[in-house]
Amino acid sequence: MESEQQHSAASLRAVEIGVAVVIFLFGALVVFDSYRLGARWGDDGPQAGYFPFYVGLFICTSGAAILVRALRNTAFAAESFVSREELKKILTVLVPTIVYVSVIGYLGFYVASTLYIAYFMWHLGKYAWIKIAPVSIGVSVAFFLIFEIWFSVPLPKGPLEAALGLN
Amino acid sequence: MEEINALLQGFGVALSPLNLLLMFVGVILGIIIGVLPGLGGANGVAILLPLTFSMAQQPGGTTSAIILLSCIYWGALFGGAITSILFNIPGEPWSVATTFDGHPLAQQGRAGSALTAAFTSSFIGALIAVIMITFLSPVVAGFALRFGPPEFFSVYLLTFCAFVGMSGGNAAKTVASMMIGFALAAVGLDSVTGTLRLTFGFTSLLKGFDFLIAVIGLFGIGEILETLEEGLAFKGASARINMKVVLETWKELPRYWATSLRSAAVGCFMGIVPGGATPASFMSYGLARRLSKDGNDFGSGRVEGVVAPETAAHAAGTSALLPMITLGVPGSPTAAVLLGGLLIWGLQPGPLLFVEKPDFVWGLIASMYLGNIAGLIVVLTCVPLFAAILRIPFSIIAPVIIVICAIGAYTVHNSMFDVYLMVVFGVIGYAFKKLGYPLAPMVLALVLGDRAEENFRNAIKGSQGDMLVFFSNGLVGGLTSLALLLLFWPLIRAGWRVVLGKS
Repeated sequence: MESEQQHSAASLRAVEIGVAVVIFLFGALVVFDSYRLGARWGDDGPQAGYFPFYVGLFICTSGAAILVRALRNTAFAAESFVSREELKKILTVLVPTIVYVSVIGYLGFYVASTLYIAYFMWHLGKYAWIKIAPVSIGVSVAFFLIFEIWFSVPLPKGPLEAALGLN
Repeated sequence: MEEINALLQGFGVALSPLNLLLMFVGVILGIIIGVLPGLGGANGVAILLPLTFSMAQQPGGTTSAIILLSCIYWGALFGGAITSILFNIPGEPWSVATTFDGHPLAQQGRAGSALTAAFTSSFIGALIAVIMITFLSPVVAGFALRFGPPEFFSVYLLTFCAFVGMSGGNAAKTVASMMIGFALAAVGLDSVTGTLRLTFGFTSLLKGFDFLIAVIGLFGIGEILETLEEGLAFKGASARINMKVVLETWKELPRYWATSLRSAAVGCFMGIVPGGATPASFMSYGLARRLSKDGNDFGSGRVEGVVAPETAAHAAGTSALLPMITLGVPGSPTAAVLLGGLLIWGLQPGPLLFVEKPDFVWGLIASMYLGNIAGLIVVLTCVPLFAAILRIPFSIIAPVIIVICAIGAYTVHNSMFDVYLMVVFGVIGYAFKKLGYPLAPMVLALVLGDRAEENFRNAIKGSQGDMLVFFSNGLVGGLTSLALLLLFWPLIRAGWRVVLGKS
């Protein structure tokens, strides 16, 4: 239905197959490491890998079952998992989010959050800076008051807080 | 009437000024969480859980902490109805059935009666479930005192088999999601043998995966990504509730007493059996449509069509706490997070809790009565306020929610690694949701993994590796058999139909 109007970025079947393979490999990894640790009966009971070994086997089996079902069912090859437009929308949120969490360590939580909210309002909301500045700074200040002062839960801080003597 | 006495003492605990204040704070926070996209009962409670760490260390603090968190849960249950009726957006999966008749009512300008009906029936559903908890939980807990490791493992088995058999979705996907949860729970230091499992030399994995991070990522970030592609225009009906509408609706509601009772019964049952609120709400909506005089008009805006799913969802959400406090087996993801909270505060959920911490248990049960009353008062008076939250543009609310999720993930262990993990779980949650993998079994397995494994080990250690220990007496054998029956239920039902069809 929609897939005919919008360009599909990935078919449902392709993603289903890909995820099933990843699940199978993950299960194999669990089985492998449990086997290394010993998945048998030790001197004083089951060894460390006993339980995870079977968990891994179950993961492999279910991954294989999903894979076989997806390979045999060609009907949903035409169905779209995500269209290009949708993927673009998701990446406009996901990429800044990844950047945001990776700069927290350098800038601190509050500065990074301010920039992150400001970017969203500027890029997605097309707001003017006169509105962006008070909202993004206000939210971060509110969080600072709630977490640092009210609940005394310290969050990572960066150069700005150090300069202001708020550490 | 031992229960009544214990309950009265519980009211004594719950009625302290601090606890009453926490109740209202919890309910209000919960409603906000339930209304906002990307925040729901499970991850809302998960984000706020770290804030209770210091609270729980004071004397009597664990009771206050559980009252705060469980009231957030009640609030989230109420909040789901607001978005369903006014905006046709189910804030929670269990409010999907509420949109069928709730939103048409709002479009006809009867939003006030739809909301009043929804809130009142939520309250009644919860009340019936709490009454059931009051009288049934001491019995279940007393019964469970006789449990040893094999029995506990078979209860866990029952929980997980019920997920596979009752989910109705793709069984392989349910198993995959659940087993991934178990595998992630096994990562890190093995407490019995002291060996490192599945860490592959990464020091950040030593502590293992915390289920709170998984919940925040899977449900929070995942849901934001999903909301995003569906488009962000919230077109809502206006929300006005005045006393006149409330009283008029209340006059109409007694007519649907049969629907209420039936839905509450469905909800209580489905809540105890893991599977939970969502199927309960659909089931009782379907039942009400089939059994009602004007069932054909359902979907065009019938108050009865709001009463049925809301009563059931709230009854199920409440009764999901019964197995949580009596057996240590949560019936829903949010109950799982609450259970994780108990573990973090140093309480051992399970039958002994009734013996060792009666103040805590009965304070919690009493707060269920009071919290739902508080919830009803708050929602009936403040609906326009909460509806206004949804009118905040998405480009402001979305980053704020992600920031809140990041803070929540960080504060669990004060670790940045957890924040990165949260984003990874978010992407997994998004992909899994779109491919039809259920997320609840993964969360439950992550919470219960260690305990299930411990009981499994102790059970087979006692029997020297003989698996027949899970059939060694009537009790454990019955539980295990029931688990297997539930596991193969879809096959059994299909086989039964074939047999009937041929004869």
